[in-house]
Amino acid sequence: MALDTKSETRQFTVVGTRPLRPDGIDKVTGRARFGADMTAPGMLIGLVLRSPHAHAKIKRIDTSAAEAIPGVHAVVTRADFPVIGDNDFIADILDNCMAGEKALYDGHAVAAIAASSGAIARKALKLIKVDYEVLPHVTDVDAAMKPGAPVLHEGRANETVPEGMSSNVVARYEFGHGDIGAGLAGADRVLERTYRTEATHQGYIEPHACLAQMGPDGQADLWCCTQGQYMVRDTCAAILGLKQGQLRVTASEIGGGFGGKTTVFLEPVALALARKSGRPVKMVMTRSEVLRATGPTASSSIDIKLGMTKDGRITAGFAELRYQGGAYPGSPVEFGAMSAFAPYDLDHVKTVGWDVVTNRPKQAAYRAPGAPMAAFAVESAIDELAKGFGLDPLEVRLKNAAREGTRASYGVTYPAIGLEATLRRAKDHPHWTAPLGSNQGRGVACGFWFNFGGNTCVSMNIAPDGTVNVIEGNPDIGGSRASMSMMAAEELGISYDQVRTVIADTASLGLNDVTDGSRVTFAVGLATIEAARDAKREMCKRAAMVWGIEEDAVEWKDGAAHPAGPNAGSHPPMTLAEIAAIASNTGGPIAGHYEVNAEGAGVSFATHMVDTEVDPETGAVKILRYTVFQDAGKAVHPAYVEGQFQGGAVQGIGWALNEEYIYGADGTLQNAGFLDYRIPVASDLPMIDTVILEIPNPGHPYGVRGVGETSIVPPLATIANAVSAASGVRMADLPMSPPKVLAAIKGA
Amino acid sequence: MVKVRVWGSLAAATEDRTEVEVDATTLRELLDALAARYPALRPQLDRGVSVAIDGKVYNDSWFQPIREDSEVVLLARLKGG
Repeated sequence: MALDTKSETRQFTVVGTRPLRPDGIDKVTGRARFGADMTAPGMLIGLVLRSPHAHAKIKRIDTSAAEAIPGVHAVVTRADFPVIGDNDFIADILDNCMAGEKALYDGHAVAAIAASSGAIARKALKLIKVDYEVLPHVTDVDAAMKPGAPVLHEGRANETVPEGMSSNVVARYEFGHGDIGAGLAGADRVLERTYRTEATHQGYIEPHACLAQMGPDGQADLWCCTQGQYMVRDTCAAILGLKQGQLRVTASEIGGGFGGKTTVFLEPVALALARKSGRPVKMVMTRSEVLRATGPTASSSIDIKLGMTKDGRITAGFAELRYQGGAYPGSPVEFGAMSAFAPYDLDHVKTVGWDVVTNRPKQAAYRAPGAPMAAFAVESAIDELAKGFGLDPLEVRLKNAAREGTRASYGVTYPAIGLEATLRRAKDHPHWTAPLGSNQGRGVACGFWFNFGGNTCVSMNIAPDGTVNVIEGNPDIGGSRASMSMMAAEELGISYDQVRTVIADTASLGLNDVTDGSRVTFAVGLATIEAARDAKREMCKRAAMVWGIEEDAVEWKDGAAHPAGPNAGSHPPMTLAEIAAIASNTGGPIAGHYEVNAEGAGVSFATHMVDTEVDPETGAVKILRYTVFQDAGKAVHPAYVEGQFQGGAVQGIGWALNEEYIYGADGTLQNAGFLDYRIPVASDLPMIDTVILEIPNPGHPYGVRGVGETSIVPPLATIANAVSAASGVRMADLPMSPPKVLAAIKGA
Repeated sequence: MVKVRVWGSLAAATEDRTEVEVDATTLRELLDALAARYPALRPQLDRGVSVAIDGKVYNDSWFQPIREDSEVVLLARLKGG
């Protein structure tokens, strides 16, 4: 299984240990500054007026009464933003932040106020008069595709959509190879079933918040909670007509993101209010606003046809996936279509994906966007066929598992991959053979995600006392400060305690892509290691100067420069601290840098296993035991890796069992709060066990793979397979809430 | 010449073929050649694609070398969460 002998045999000193997290004390003492903790002298409070209608034409907005209230400093509507004519991507983000001609969903922003207090802002908000013409609405993906469905936009379908379809269908994707008909003809049984999943929110605990200020000279500053301060800068600059270099964005500590903070909602509005008022403006969403107006993931409706022989060989797989991504094009259906069958080696496979718009908030990325729903459908179908033949579902997956040389359903031929290793580890784990009680069932499923790298820039400053700062540009949402410090310490040969990693603002470091795609430990880690190597070269040069020898006669090992080679002479090693102390005498400050577009990240696979118990009287499902098996390449800080695995599993448990956007007949969201939109809490869960596999990624100096997203892909199917086993009824609609499970049991 | 696999729904833009051949030694040349040979691909190329070269995914690196025997696969532009 070795992919990179050098990585696999490397003995690490710091990497792979579990030092204390650098943000721990700040977070448990309340010292950490999140988005809502920022303040500025003369600061105003900004609030947003939101549409109470699912779909309505905005005929007129009268803000005069609100503006007349003492203490109101600015009111903005869409008229205060430039027209974005040539960029649909940016135009849609602007329209989502502030509605134009129509309100497209319940909660859509239509105006905003900045006032000297929250009370004044709330009072003024009520005085804004909006003249709406209410239009028919549609919130269901299948209903939105039907001829005659209420239409959100005309002319947004791209060239892939056949003529004659509803204007709500905006893109079509098709992937696969082989001959589905021939493959199905070779099956002993063909399963056809439709699966449905509901929209779920990322559920980050910290609501969106920001503080904006802009001077009359056009220089602006923005502090916000985000997964990418450079993305915020570039998007806000495009929306507001600012120069990127004039807008400095600083990311706060972040209370969760999970993909939902990879775009903007409040930030352009706060900047527009700051520009109009000439005062700093702070905006903080309520939980209701977060649920109504920020991006949940797509809901889906998926048809599967799967053929299998009685010995468990999959002969063909077909999936038609319909995802609604809210009011604008861009549901992640293409990733569902690409990933649905990615874990399997199939001769005949085809997926068709439809991107559909509905009167719901614009979807935002959510961990492995689009993949969990597709995996739910495919992995449920595999399980049902396997059990129908009396086969072991793990053995069936092993029989069909993608391996090195497999042509994936999305077209790529895999290099060596870790799926089979996760399956074998699962089969050998005591969980697989543990006894089950009555009304209990066990489920397994696999998942896949692509991972990527992207633009990354790291600086490393060596202080005169020999301590080290790593400067990176990605908000720490999963332990990246610890991981970067560890990789820097490893490379420099010093202790973890000598390194502190900080997150730079957009003016202090070159472009860094958003913290997404499981990219940071891979790409920023790679850049950190290379920046350390750059600093080591400089320190070797300084030691060579002191010793009066050539630079190439010096090598770095164990945290010090050593003379090396036949002509180097005999000199005592110079430690990093000794070289740092005389930096002023040898050429000035010592720093390392590395800038890269880190492409070539490795794909990732996981296998999950769960035991559930179903109460036949109420339909309630209890998670009894859960184990995650996933390849991390190299776990830099194993506790954080375990946390990523556990977090993905828990979010998947919520998606599978409870979470859903519930719309009323009027198209308004009925459960815009955590009482009615129920995410799992600690008392709902057992300890999530994790098994970290380490199959080095040859594209990273230490073998690291991204681990942040794959762990949310298998849980929906894993739990559905377990609940189906426990209840005796195949569950194909999520969430498997008690009323739904009870109805299924009684209907069986 | 480099063989390029395109996903199924793009075949309408590539004369109903899911595997096409173009002259290219780098990623930039590949994308330029595809747009020139198959103009109907341009809307998708403008929206963005990722390209897998020998199993590794690239988004933007124009000068990533491509060998004649490389496996090249056009993918929907990858995004993450």
